[in-house]
Amino acid sequence: MLEVSFFVLATMALGGAIGVVLHRSPVGSLLFMVGTLASIAGIFVLLEAHFLAAIQVIVYAGAIMVLFLFVIMLLNLGHAHEADLRKGVGAFAAFGVVGALAGVLARQLRGVEQNPIYRLFPGPEGMDRLLAERGIVGAIATPLFTDYLVAFELVGILLLVALVGAVALAKKSV
Amino acid sequence: MLAEALTLSALLFVIGALGVLIRRNAIIVFLCIEIQLNAVNLSFVALSRYLGIEGQLFVFFVMTVAAAEAAVGLAIIISIFRHYETVHVERFNLLKW
Repeated sequence: MLEVSFFVLATMALGGAIGVVLHRSPVGSLLFMVGTLASIAGIFVLLEAHFLAAIQVIVYAGAIMVLFLFVIMLLNLGHAHEADLRKGVGAFAAFGVVGALAGVLARQLRGVEQNPIYRLFPGPEGMDRLLAERGIVGAIATPLFTDYLVAFELVGILLLVALVGAVALAKKSV
Repeated sequence: MLAEALTLSALLFVIGALGVLIRRNAIIVFLCIEIQLNAVNLSFVALSRYLGIEGQLFVFFVMTVAAAEAAVGLAIIISIFRHYETVHVERFNLLKW
């Protein structure tokens, strides 16, 4: 059952990603992207990361995609149907680069579960014990507010800087 | 499940890279970068099943930075559109040799 739902969600995610790359209208691409993000949220649920699945739907599929849609509507690009795929040498170079990348990534994946380094870490049993003990939110919150507190505060400052910067950049008269 | 999730992550990353390379609409290029970020998030989550909860914390931070990046990037696209009346990346050739 787990495997079947994984493959359904994976197919939806890949189809959505291909749709983003190939669809002519930016709004269509955006809707495919929402589908991809929702499928990835489903895969997060299958991987026992329920908190991140919720964040993925609320922040990514909710906030960020609405921001993209808002900009597309603001700039009136919704019906830009001109073909904008690169042709000729550039496209072939792109496929070469992408193929090489795929080869390198596929090579990394061989026998990943048998690698002896995984014995040093808790493993699925340890993670299941942690989740049963604390719940997913508690398991994330404890290190977030103890070991990684400085990074958490810095991310808050980063968001403030991005907010001010976005307003300053998009303002009408500079 | 780990190997399948990592394979899916690699495929999504490659599709995102392909989109960045072959599309000329700046907003679609941004969307493809978001696909790549999501592919990396997926491999973090898959590996966190084996290596501990820190992988999920990293994904949390990556999502925050992605939100900031999207806001600033879209603001830049808006201000470029005001100047050039287009979002075609090949028209932004002021610094081109």
